[in-house]
Amino acid sequence: MSLTSLTLTAAREGLSKKEFSSVELTQAYIDNMAQYKHLNAYITETPDIALEQASRADKRIASAQDSGLLDGIPLAVKDLFCTENVQSTAGSHMLQGFIPPYESTVTANMFSQGAVMLGKANLDEFAMGSANITSYYGSVINPWKRKDDPDTDLVPGGSSGGSSAAVAAHLAVASLGTDTGGSIRQPAAFTGTVGIKPTYGRCSRWGTIAFASSLDQAGPFARNVRDAAIMLESIAGFDKKDSTSANLPVPNWESALNADIKGKKIGIPKEYNVDAMPSEIRHLWEKGAQWLREAGAEIVDISLPHTKYALATYYIVAPAECSSNLSRYDGVRFGHRTKEIITSLDDMYEKTRAEGFGDEVKRRIMIGTYVLSHGYYDAYYRKAQQVRTLIARDFEKAYEQVDAILTPTSPSEAFAIGENIDDPVTMYLNDIFTVPASMAGLPGMSVPAGLSTNGLPLGLQILGKAFDEQTVFDVGAAIERAANFTARPKLVA
Amino acid sequence: MSLNKKDVAHIAKLARIKVNDDESQRYADELNGIFGMIEQLSEVNTEGVPEMAGVGGYNLRVREDNIDDGNLKDAVLSNAPQSDYDCYIVPKVVE
Repeated sequence: MSLTSLTLTAAREGLSKKEFSSVELTQAYIDNMAQYKHLNAYITETPDIALEQASRADKRIASAQDSGLLDGIPLAVKDLFCTENVQSTAGSHMLQGFIPPYESTVTANMFSQGAVMLGKANLDEFAMGSANITSYYGSVINPWKRKDDPDTDLVPGGSSGGSSAAVAAHLAVASLGTDTGGSIRQPAAFTGTVGIKPTYGRCSRWGTIAFASSLDQAGPFARNVRDAAIMLESIAGFDKKDSTSANLPVPNWESALNADIKGKKIGIPKEYNVDAMPSEIRHLWEKGAQWLREAGAEIVDISLPHTKYALATYYIVAPAECSSNLSRYDGVRFGHRTKEIITSLDDMYEKTRAEGFGDEVKRRIMIGTYVLSHGYYDAYYRKAQQVRTLIARDFEKAYEQVDAILTPTSPSEAFAIGENIDDPVTMYLNDIFTVPASMAGLPGMSVPAGLSTNGLPLGLQILGKAFDEQTVFDVGAAIERAANFTARPKLVA
Repeated sequence: MSLNKKDVAHIAKLARIKVNDDESQRYADELNGIFGMIEQLSEVNTEGVPEMAGVGGYNLRVREDNIDDGNLKDAVLSNAPQSDYDCYIVPKVVE
């Protein structure tokens, strides 16, 4: 077994038993990164930093110093997190060459647990996308291929597509992503990895380049549920620098992890049974419910009546916040500035932003600008905020009856690069199952549960109550045990 | 509701993004598709429903107005497009 096929849990054990060193482990990943560079999973590779951090971890381990949860573990970091003295681009031309003089809280937490950073993972520009095809630095290629079509490159999901592809292709033990409307869960489903978005407020947003501040949350990708619990434990926690950070202790999710879910009540929301869903995804969902029933859980039919309005609500709220957040990119103090001849201050702003932003970002800024503009605010933005309340109430009511909710993660499997780009709405539909919980701020995790007839991974999503990530992990572990998903992309099998 | 090229030009102006004539037609088509999806919200009865701006409490924490860092001049200036005399040099932004 190669070093890079070890889970985080196994790698940690191997390191502590000195079966191999962090430098050896890290070098094995650096070699994989060179070999599979064509996947374009990283925007910036940081092998020198990684090897130095690994060598320090080895010294700590050798001297039996108190080691962190991630001591010597090589990870990928979505390039949306500001990392001190390492270029942080958000996948945008606007921030090409931007080198933050500070560290985001989430990556600082990760480093204080001893982690090794292999590089900054590719993403959709400013985390806006569902296929990682909007990055200024090129599309990411999913390491998975269709069974009978090995030449077609597929998307790894988005926006955290570099983070998901890196874990699936063994270019990192685990990785950090962010999820605004599904940007961790959907790419996890597309790559056969585990990805969790915690409750809004669990992870500090400080130093994370903002997209939609009332929705953005950091979270990990990992090879299995236990690894995901270790990762989330390492990065979560109260931060006084984020005014929406939850002042709650971080539970020991890993040590409490328990796949025994006897007596738990699991909701199946009828509104998620959408027409557009392929029958094999519907069947997998039914199978998932059956697995949980066999594990002793009680399956309860529930209703989340405002589900079908969640996407429309999201495409008002998220662009509104985006247009406000991204107004800071004006070419004055940092980031891209036009080199064209300018005739006025507005001309400088307009040319700078036209050159610095890609199409999807411009679309969303314009949607947001419009729904916040004079005469339309009430009809769109206020209305969306009210529907958001109704969506959140649906969940509150459902959680009076059930402990967790089971749904498919995405209505489709990974599609080809170049598909679903004719009409933005088709692309947005990828997130219909992930967006509702984002609007309500609830935790959600995608767990790989089976393969499609094309031989591609499919995920099931477990949603939990606010700040009850433990139940999400436990139900996820039960699904994981029953599904016994051992398939790997050919390139690492 | 349907946006035309002129509407897009107005929105782009508000957003300070330069959009040429061809682009504004394309954006108009795309935005109309997106707003077509968004329009379904009008069928939801929201009378008397409070607005939800975010998750959790609405009272943001306050803190003592203390200085808790400093001497960061070099870090602050590190991303300046140009600096001199420990100041940012930027284009004239007051017309």
